Amino acid sequence: MKLSGAHMIVEALKRENVDVVFGYPGGKVLNLYDALYDAGITHYLSRHEQGAVHAADGYARVTGKTGVVFTTSGPGATNIVTGLANAYMDSVPLVAFTGQVATSMIGTDAFQEADIFGITLPITKHNYLVTNVEDLPRIIKEAFHLAATGRPGPVLIDLPTDVQSAVTDFRYPQTVSIPGYNPTYDGHPGQTNRAAKAIARAKKPLLYAGGGVVIAGAHEELRQLAETADIPVTTTLMGIGGFPGNHPLSLGMLGMHGTYWANMAMHKADLIIAVGARFDDRVTGDLSSFARGAKVVHIDIDPAEIGKNVSVDIPIVGDVKRVLTELLKKVAPKTHPKWLAKIEAWRQEAPLTYVQEPDGEILPQYVIESIYRETGGEALIATDVGQHQMWVAQYYRFTKPRAFVTSGGLGTMGFGLPASLGLQIGAPGETVFCIAGDGSFQMNLQELATAVSYNLPVKVAIINNRYLGMVRQWQELFYKKRYSAVDLSRSPDFVKLAEAFGAGGLRAEKPREVVPAIRKALETPGPVVIDFRVRAEENVFPMVPPNSPINEMMRGGSV
Amino acid sequence: MKHVLAVLVEDKPGVLVRVAGLFARRGFNIESLAVGRTVDPGISRMTIELEADEKTLEQVVKQLHKLVNVIKVSNLTREPSVSRELVLIKVRAPAASRAEIQQIVDTFRAKIVDVSLQSMIIEVTGNDEKLEAIQLLLSHYGILELVRTGKISLLRGAKTIRNGEGKDHGKNLL
Ligand SMILES: Cc1cc2nc3c(=O)[nH]c(=O)nc-3n(C[C@H](O)[C@H](O)[C@H](O)COP(=O)(O)OP(=O)(O)OC[C@H]3O[C@@H](n4cnc5c(N)ncnc54)[C@H](O)[C@@H]3O)c2cc1C
Ligand SMILES: Cc1ncc(C[n+]2csc(CCOP(=O)(O)OP(=O)(O)O)c2C)c(N)n1
Ligand SMILES: [Mg+2]
Repeated sequence: MKLSGAHMIVEALKRENVDVVFGYPGGKVLNLYDALYDAGITHYLSRHEQGAVHAADGYARVTGKTGVVFTTSGPGATNIVTGLANAYMDSVPLVAFTGQVATSMIGTDAFQEADIFGITLPITKHNYLVTNVEDLPRIIKEAFHLAATGRPGPVLIDLPTDVQSAVTDFRYPQTVSIPGYNPTYDGHPGQTNRAAKAIARAKKPLLYAGGGVVIAGAHEELRQLAETADIPVTTTLMGIGGFPGNHPLSLGMLGMHGTYWANMAMHKADLIIAVGARFDDRVTGDLSSFARGAKVVHIDIDPAEIGKNVSVDIPIVGDVKRVLTELLKKVAPKTHPKWLAKIEAWRQEAPLTYVQEPDGEILPQYVIESIYRETGGEALIATDVGQHQMWVAQYYRFTKPRAFVTSGGLGTMGFGLPASLGLQIGAPGETVFCIAGDGSFQMNLQELATAVSYNLPVKVAIINNRYLGMVRQWQELFYKKRYSAVDLSRSPDFVKLAEAFGAGGLRAEKPREVVPAIRKALETPGPVVIDFRVRAEENVFPMVPPNSPINEMMRGGSV
Repeated sequence: MKHVLAVLVEDKPGVLVRVAGLFARRGFNIESLAVGRTVDPGISRMTIELEADEKTLEQVVKQLHKLVNVIKVSNLTREPSVSRELVLIKVRAPAASRAEIQQIVDTFRAKIVDVSLQSMIIEVTGNDEKLEAIQLLLSHYGILELVRTGKISLLRGAKTIRNGEGKDHGKNLL
């Protein structure tokens, strides 16, 4: 079959079972968009390329499939740089196709030329500049393979216009052969034996579960291991949903804004079993005092994560699901009543609470808990970055994986709204919330137009504290309340703004208006924005101050 | 400690940038880097000399493995190997010093590859000690310019890095 490069791409997407792509056209992808015109693949036009890439990211996280993005050259391509870095940090499978000037023009500072290959080298799992159409089928096959296997990540394919228009024989390869790429899936049996023995011996074991559990779909195996060996489980921000938040063995999130009892358990454990988690600095705090009395088992598919930040006693390179399955065969039932009682005492000592005065200001925690209750804990939620993100992690008890989508590694403000559109597209029948900050929302609010155009019924809950709250909190706590450049009091009227876009707009200013607003939003078809005017200077507690030991948490006034 | 890594890479555009970029980005220091084709078509070999402690070295090796175009990484410092580097030294050489310089060149089994009224270019191959020694001696006459190829190394004996330490698909270091 003879095809142009552009038609090859469309054909290859079908072979890869891609039925949805996100993007934004321009001069250097006219061929590609022409091929897409009657290809039977649904294309979502965002209002900014950053919106497209985050939507593809949200789509990938909620479905487990690979997200696909199209952009033009130059500014179109550079607009997805943040989104690629975001996906790279959180190990999200994406394939981005970017237009490029013709091969004969490359390197001449041609109109809308940017070296996106060079720019994205450090923020993609791999990338390609296609210079010969003959290579295109193989490259696309490799790109999808690389994006989704091993430790997933974004892959970029840069497509000069002449490659898109050149016509040649199309044969899509069935297999890939990349000599330097061979992820390890099965754990070493000797190492799983050692891990099983360590579990048998441990008196104070702790499962520390991360995004790898969600990626691998290993939540069932994790639950079985926890229940069999009676081991409490704490998750990272990215691991939320990998273990049911309402399970008796769940300690919630650990780390900088984790629960006191999860951090204490980490600090005092004699065995830490890290499962698809990467000992991020938000989790470990001061490394020199981190988990000094513990033996560490580290299960990760990426060998480079093992021993990177924390030295490991029993390294296991492999896929979490397979390794846990093997481990389960070797672990005998046991119980740890004393250890669990100890943890329970820490929980009693510093529970997660707040006091919502009925006639006072709305507390952000109350908004999150109300959304949790009104949705029966069943909503899919994308967040932005800041205090509101942490309150969601603390107060919305997720019970299933892929229901909580957040920018963890890069911490990208403006991620929430476009990501939530990806969630809704990936899970059409589900209730989807975007829990946004007033600052973050304003970074990609143009995507409301996308939501309205495609009638994507996401509910956007703006936790409006009139501040860049997270930054203000740090300035309050560590910079003597010198509030520098964090005032957002002159923001637009979000209700009118939503209406101008053709979405619903609601506002809640008093605690008793919170639940009715959520219900109204849930009843209203189509996208709705709710402006929750919350207490401006509420802080996220508890908190491990930066570079401090994790057992030394600031508990704050509200506890 | 100093280490010499031999890295087999797919000969794809950008592969050198990927490797060099990795070192820069992660704060690893390259002392020298030499790259060229091998007998296998499509595969190049890099020899990278670096100064690193054990923990850093482990990260360097793992991060190199993570690059899709990297096929194999071997640490040659751990096994008997032969290392060489070639240096061209342009030295000030007025008529009065020539005989002495000639003697040094002979002792080191170096070669004079260019001569002008005021200067000579000396070509010398060897290991670190030898190169340092001749450089020190020649600096006495005034070195005008100097260029080094970077170190290249091979394992001793019949063993090669393809069948040697670190297994093929050597991503399973652990
Ligand atoms: C404002 C803010 C505050 C934050 N505060 C906290 C906090 O208090 N606590 C917290 O935990 N985080 C916090 N974070 C998030 C933090 O920055 C990191 O993103 C997070 O801790 C990393 O989670 P993780 O260790 O689960 O790794 P991820 O980034 O989710 O990485 C997944 C790991 O699993 C591995 N993996 C992937 N697939 C598989 C597989 N199939 N099998 C085996 N392994 C696999 C990967 O190689 C990787 O090592 C915060 C972020 C922001 C923006
Ligand atoms: C793109 C980007 N710029 C800057 C930051 C730094 N930053 C982290 S949290 C935050 C404040 C977020 O404010 P808002 O969205 O209103 O959330 P709040 O903390 O008030 O809940 C800022 C500026 C960031 N994470 N991302
Ligand atoms: Mg705010």
